[in-house]
Amino acid sequence: MDFNENFILGCSAIGAGLAVIAGIGPGVGQGIAAGHAASAVGRNPGAQSEIRTMMLLGQAVAETTGLYGLLIAFLLLFVKPLLP
Amino acid sequence: MEYGILLSGGADVDFMIHGIFQYSFFGHKVWITTTHVCILIVMMILVGFAIAANRCIAKAAQVPGGFQNVVELIVEKLDGMVDTSMGKAAPKFYNYIGTVFIFILVSNISGLLGLRPPTADYGVTLPLALITFTMIHFNKWKYQRPKTIWEDACSPLPPWLPIWIPINLISWFAVPVSLSLRLFANVLSGTIMTALVYGLLKWFATIWPAALHIYLDLFSGAIQTYVFCMLTMTYISSEIGDGTRR
Repeated sequence: MDFNENFILGCSAIGAGLAVIAGIGPGVGQGIAAGHAASAVGRNPGAQSEIRTMMLLGQAVAETTGLYGLLIAFLLLFVKPLLP
Repeated sequence: MEYGILLSGGADVDFMIHGIFQYSFFGHKVWITTTHVCILIVMMILVGFAIAANRCIAKAAQVPGGFQNVVELIVEKLDGMVDTSMGKAAPKFYNYIGTVFIFILVSNISGLLGLRPPTADYGVTLPLALITFTMIHFNKWKYQRPKTIWEDACSPLPPWLPIWIPINLISWFAVPVSLSLRLFANVLSGTIMTALVYGLLKWFATIWPAALHIYLDLFSGAIQTYVFCMLTMTYISSEIGDGTRR
């Protein structure tokens, strides 16, 4: 079969859109982390600074999976690996 | 027609790495790119700061004032960060972690100066992560017995049944990949976002993108720097254990 360039580029754009759905996971995860941090501060307001540091660290690590999806989207849009 | 440019909005949107100068290296075509230039500028800033700090500390006053205060504050904060997460082994790693922290931080926030951040190039973050990888395994062989390392390598199964080693090898090599991709993707996404805003909105993007810069360059850059150093220290100190040589 023979696909022309426009078809491949259009499918790449759809694939990039599907790839950034990966952002759902980190969104939910970061929300859970922030919620638990809030309840932890409510229970022990003295440890606020340590809890904030730990929350930011955990969120930044959890963000990675979403960023992998974003990277795939960038590759599909700008590097265009599927073009012959 | 350039559809890739069209998808990103217009010919003004520009966030790619550009080649500046091409030369031949044993028959290979090698480019000097914008990343090299930006990393040189960052290095010049850091070297200038280091020389100034050295001059200042060489004739340090008993009661510090002005610049000496700033230098002492930076060194104390960095050393304190290494101390809290590495414990007894910390003094050996003050230099490396401090250097990497300052370099990545200045690289990340160099987007504010109009440079393309050097860390938005995978060729910069991968070597940093490979250094971490080397340090992890060097310290593992330095502080643990070969028998313990072998037991770790086939860990969920007993040591006389080494069929789990390939899986553990994958998890070892995933460490530098995930470390470098995390830093790279964060900085790259920030660069692309600001480039899109400036390229697409033209005159409309006048004052309010400052908020975007504060989040994407300053906040995100600082957090990712901290995460990179923190993970490096955690991995290394988990290999060191209680710090007794074998």
